[in-house]
Amino acid sequence: MTAELPLNDIAPGTWKPNRGRSETIQLIIKIICGAFATISILTTIGIIGTLIFEAFSFFGNLPSELSKDSEQVSYMQGVIHFLTAGRWTPLFASKQFGIFVLISATLMITFISILVALPLGLLAAICLSEYASPKIRKVLKPVLEILAGVPTVVYGYFALLTVTPFLKTFFPVEGFNSLSAGIVLGIMITPMVASLSEDAIYSVPQSLRDGAYALGGTKRETVWSVVLPAALSGIVSSLILATSRAIGETMIVTLAAGANPTLGFNPFVPVMTMTAYIVQVTKGDAPHGTIAYQTLYAVGITLFLITLALNIFSFWFVRRFRQKYD
Amino acid sequence: MTAQGIENKGASSGNFKQNLSGRYNLDRVFATAAWAATIVSVLVLVWLLFTILKDGLGTINWNFFTAFPSRKPEQAGIKPAFFGTLWLMAVVAATSFPIGVGAAIYLEEFATDNWFSRLVEINIGNLAGVPSIIYGLLGLAVFKRIMGPITGGNSVLSGGLTLSLLILPVIIVATREALRAVPNSIRLAGFALGANKWQVVWNHVLPSAMPGVLTGVILALSRAIGETAPLIAIGAVAFIRSTPSSLQSPFTAMPIQIYNWVGRPQAEFHQIAASGIIVLMVMLLLMNTIAIYFRNRFQQTR
Repeated sequence: MTAELPLNDIAPGTWKPNRGRSETIQLIIKIICGAFATISILTTIGIIGTLIFEAFSFFGNLPSELSKDSEQVSYMQGVIHFLTAGRWTPLFASKQFGIFVLISATLMITFISILVALPLGLLAAICLSEYASPKIRKVLKPVLEILAGVPTVVYGYFALLTVTPFLKTFFPVEGFNSLSAGIVLGIMITPMVASLSEDAIYSVPQSLRDGAYALGGTKRETVWSVVLPAALSGIVSSLILATSRAIGETMIVTLAAGANPTLGFNPFVPVMTMTAYIVQVTKGDAPHGTIAYQTLYAVGITLFLITLALNIFSFWFVRRFRQKYD
Repeated sequence: MTAQGIENKGASSGNFKQNLSGRYNLDRVFATAAWAATIVSVLVLVWLLFTILKDGLGTINWNFFTAFPSRKPEQAGIKPAFFGTLWLMAVVAATSFPIGVGAAIYLEEFATDNWFSRLVEINIGNLAGVPSIIYGLLGLAVFKRIMGPITGGNSVLSGGLTLSLLILPVIIVATREALRAVPNSIRLAGFALGANKWQVVWNHVLPSAMPGVLTGVILALSRAIGETAPLIAIGAVAFIRSTPSSLQSPFTAMPIQIYNWVGRPQAEFHQIAASGIIVLMVMLLLMNTIAIYFRNRFQQTR
């Protein structure tokens, strides 16, 4: 007695499920999701497009802004003025557009921040991955994550109202200064350096450490001459990314470093970074089409190119110098 | 030290010194430095939280939540900033969540390894490194000026869309990681039952990736509400005496209000700035707690 199969009236190979509707839905969804993915490309095009467009109108208007009755300024002279002039006064009656003034302030503050973040972040990373027990690690990592999640305006408050008065007891700093901004900026990027470096150090295989110990190395010698060199590409790339982050950071430098475009590398006096200039102009009202509006994008494209170059360099560095262990 | 060096300095002449005690001393110095750096980082966080609590707790009262900004610090409040931030969060969540998750689904589940998906991937990597103020300049040019008739210029919508673009890369990366963590056997089982790709993603992959996705989205949102620079760049102003009533309303937000108060010379304004920071940090803490809750649930189920 064999059980009779149901549906035995369907000949083998002729069963056709109706998938038309679900296939159509899938196609529609796929197109929508693809369009969403395209938005990221459109964002890049939008950023580069607006920056280039407005920056070009800036350089187009620059000669007429610089020309006086007696002398005419050519397009090239305008570009050279932008790159080399020693004053930045686009909102004054006698306008000067020396971007280097803003770049120098940005570089100085970034340099101070790296001086803080490199030892703090790297040593914290070594401590977390080599010295701390798993229990302590479990407590410390969230603390670093909290530091990384504090809004930058809070760091700005801290820099202006806590760190600057504190520094005043040691140094002749003014109310706004790049030293305090740089230190707090360094504290802000320390978690980034620490967690990226820690990833790199953590991924160095244990066998390398064991090998160094077997040769008679102490813990410091092992970390210093075996583990760190092996993780160097990751550490350097974390530093470069942190530098790029520091260069683009806005609120700390706007609040604590002031708005005084001066050329020079005195960390005790107010300066003005690229980002602080953008805030100063957009906080007031810069109508579209004015030279003040266009300087925003000239500064913006400079900032964009610097950070982009650093980011690309960092990716290239990792790819070029990464040690591979299996 | 090279082999040559060892020969010259010690081993051959028979007085090679291990100098173990000296090396161990150096070890101790190094370990102390490592711990000191870690402890300093923690202490800075404690110092920061302590000063803000000390400065700000005294001026938090009911009036602070219900009052509008004022020239007199004792009457000033954060009502418009608080509601502005809530409106912004709604806009950011409503736009960045579907777009980010959709883009991640496309990249992770649908896309084959072609030039388009590779281009998008490189793009997302680069976008994550663009300074936030550059997004502000983009928002100023595109959302405030070119699309001004739709967005209402300096409005909740312009601000929210700008912040959405800013956190999209974060959401996409987090969602992709969550999708990748779903075991492939679930997909294969779905296909074996005759489901097509979208049915598998919608009914099986996405539900099991959801806690991870939500964690990423909430963390990205908490980054968005702390952002100040892009909102200043598109022209959000602090002195507004109304809460937003529609997407086209002008707005202010918590970080903008805090920035405005910190920038004033009077110490009383600094105190209410600290109070504003406390409120903002409590909001962030709440969001992070929710995110951690989802993350823990996520880890348990896997």
